[in-house]
Amino acid sequence: MDKETKREIILDNYQNPMNKGLKDDKSYILKNTNNESCIDNIDMMLKAENGVIKDILFDGEACAICTSATSIIIRNLIGKTLEEAEKIIKNYQNMINEKEYDKELLGELLVYDDIYMQPNRKKCALLPSDAVERILEVIRNEN
Amino acid sequence: MNRDDFPILNSGIIYFDNGATTLKPKCVVDKMIDYYTKYTSNIHRGDYDNAMKTNEAYDEVRELVRDLINAKNISEIVYTSGTTESLNLVAFGFFKKYLKKDDEVLINKAEHASNILPWLVLQKEIGIKVKYIPLDENRELTIENIKKTITDKTKVISVAHISNVIGDIRDIEQIGKICKEKNIYFVVDAAQSISHYKIDVEKANIDFLAFSAHKMMGPTGVGILYGKKELLDKTDPLKYGGGMNQNFESNGEYVLKTAPIKFEAGTPPIAEVIGLGEAIKYIKKIGVDKIHKYELELKEYMVEELSKIPNIILYNKNSKSGILAFNVEGVFSQDTSVYLNHYNIAIRAGNHCAKVLKDDLDIKNTCRVSLCLYNTKEEIDVLIKALKNSKDIFKVVI
Repeated sequence: MDKETKREIILDNYQNPMNKGLKDDKSYILKNTNNESCIDNIDMMLKAENGVIKDILFDGEACAICTSATSIIIRNLIGKTLEEAEKIIKNYQNMINEKEYDKELLGELLVYDDIYMQPNRKKCALLPSDAVERILEVIRNEN
Repeated sequence: MNRDDFPILNSGIIYFDNGATTLKPKCVVDKMIDYYTKYTSNIHRGDYDNAMKTNEAYDEVRELVRDLINAKNISEIVYTSGTTESLNLVAFGFFKKYLKKDDEVLINKAEHASNILPWLVLQKEIGIKVKYIPLDENRELTIENIKKTITDKTKVISVAHISNVIGDIRDIEQIGKICKEKNIYFVVDAAQSISHYKIDVEKANIDFLAFSAHKMMGPTGVGILYGKKELLDKTDPLKYGGGMNQNFESNGEYVLKTAPIKFEAGTPPIAEVIGLGEAIKYIKKIGVDKIHKYELELKEYMVEELSKIPNIILYNKNSKSGILAFNVEGVFSQDTSVYLNHYNIAIRAGNHCAKVLKDDLDIKNTCRVSLCLYNTKEEIDVLIKALKNSKDIFKVVI
């Protein structure tokens, strides 16, 4: 993906993020995620039924990288099974952390494949994956 | 001014994050290296030459601090690890014993976490009431609002001399006068002001004053608590151990040393204290008034130029210190900060440890430029140019 396309996708997801705004609905599981060395702070809530992710919402204050990554993760995960979601999150984290990953699984998340070049922004990109990871863990432990 | 004294500036960095920590002049670093390379030893223990040299270098700093803030006696100067420890010592070593349920402590929402959280903990632990003096429309603290908030229950007023986001200079002499009249304890957080503005603890009737070396061109890891002698005598240490005791026996009896030594358990940051002394000498040589005048000129220039850029929001145009909080309209402060880093400009983005100021500021996070004597108009011009091009922010940061 060329730099211009990446920038367009990131900017579009930053300026018009998917599913911004939380609901008061107990069928969702909510987690806050923030990093003390950075000022991004977001809440994410996820609803799963019969092993499939039905909906994910988020809210908070965060930079362009964090907000767009949250939006793209939400786009990618809705409709996926919990196992698929876990795989995507794992591979996404591997990509950000410069480890081996499966490109085929990541779709638009590949826009962050060179974020490691700005080390201080890696945590911005990882923040939503941390929240989703912890929500998936709650679901796994419930079942 | 004095740019040659700061070797780090040769790297080309434009350093506007002085509210977080200032750069260090070479003389401060050299003084600390001297201790480490020529006469390292512990204090108050040895009889050999180097130990005596260390004692002398370490002890003379108390007098330099006393003179800087015009305290009566060096026994009123306590070495701590910084402003945070100083304020914690005030809250938990003194006020925890002397305040009672429903006694009021007046602070305000523009204070740093270290002048809010200790009081909130005391509120929970012993039932004092923490009250926020309202800020005016410029988010500044006014004498009028302080007077209006005081009640018969008010026992403490604790404020920053210069607030770290808004940068307003509080009239501590006037507040001290009110405190004296009404028999209220007066605590001042001088972290942001100590190297930028003259402080006279006697004139301002200050009971406790706290500041850090690293925000006054000195090293990290050391700070000062000034306390009136009769109050320090009544204050309990937060740390116990070597150096601070007179005697102790296996039957449980012990006698502590007197203030300030009773607060300084363990081996202190010796090199850092010596570095602090050198920083004070450095500041005195230039003159605090001259530093303040210069920084204010720079700020006024910056405000004038930034006001010409339509999409820049300024939050504290009028305050009289070198601190300016702003945002680029529609851009998250951290993105602006990352963008400016591409121009080698160091600023700070965030809530600046003033997490409750958001109630009054309508926004949680801002960009903050905080100036020091080595900054220049030319550096500000680079900032202005970068912010004029801010429509390109996302081309740069993404």
